[in-house]
Amino acid sequence: MAITEIIFWFLSALAVISAIMVVVSKSPVHSVLWLVTVFFAISGHYILLNAQFIAIVNIIVYAGAIMVLFLFVLMLMNLNKETEPQKNLWMKLTGVISGGCLLIILISLIRQATEIKGKIAITKTGDIGLIKVLGKELFSNYVVPFEISSVLFLSAMIGAVVIGKKD
Amino acid sequence: MPIQYYIVLALVLFCIGIIGVLIRRNAIIIFMCIELMLNAANLLLVAFSKMHNAAATATNSNVGIEGQLFVFFIMVVAAAEVSIGLAIIVMMFRNVHSIDVNFLNRLKN
Repeated sequence: MAITEIIFWFLSALAVISAIMVVVSKSPVHSVLWLVTVFFAISGHYILLNAQFIAIVNIIVYAGAIMVLFLFVLMLMNLNKETEPQKNLWMKLTGVISGGCLLIILISLIRQATEIKGKIAITKTGDIGLIKVLGKELFSNYVVPFEISSVLFLSAMIGAVVIGKKD
Repeated sequence: MPIQYYIVLALVLFCIGIIGVLIRRNAIIIFMCIELMLNAANLLLVAFSKMHNAAATATNSNVGIEGQLFVFFIMVVAAAEVSIGLAIIVMMFRNVHSIDVNFLNRLKN
């Protein structure tokens, strides 16, 4: 088994197990830390696909900024696990069964699809994920959406301040 | 790696996110599961971008770069969404002193 496959299976198992732990862990702080693990595993997948810019941005934006924001809010609220509301067992079982049915249906669809049969996502090579190539594309063909996204950030910042303000 | 492996991995992560949204009542956990679903979609976009790049001819090597740019824009929108959503959750916690989503039915009548 090649080293690429070993890394792929390791990162996949890490991502799936950590994602399950996000859902089932009792303490919300533990959920946040498991979600950080998921994001690092997905960043490892990006590096394996040679999408270096996306991998770095994923670590900085998701694992760095967004998860710290979640942790701040959780620690401000000071939730303890005794007061954590739980759905009853039947509701949980219904949720798991319906999600599992969706997963089974989608996987059976993917198994039957003929367009993707034998297609390969190339790993370790290819330069479309490098910062230079992506930056040139971003600032030539996609410069208008890029600037509009800065306006989106400005409106999100103003909205967060207005919503979070007392009264 | 074959593209089916990436599709199945992204589907498993997405369905775990859906199950989390369905079975938890804590609003912050539900929000984190939505982030998990967004990341599954991102992983699938990057894998498809590399797949199209592999299938293209060698003369035009930038085929498939749109997938990675869309991942970048999805991250931008997700960051804005998280800031607004957490502000709403903080406001809700200040008003009702709980982040149980079952208390969110106050607009009903």
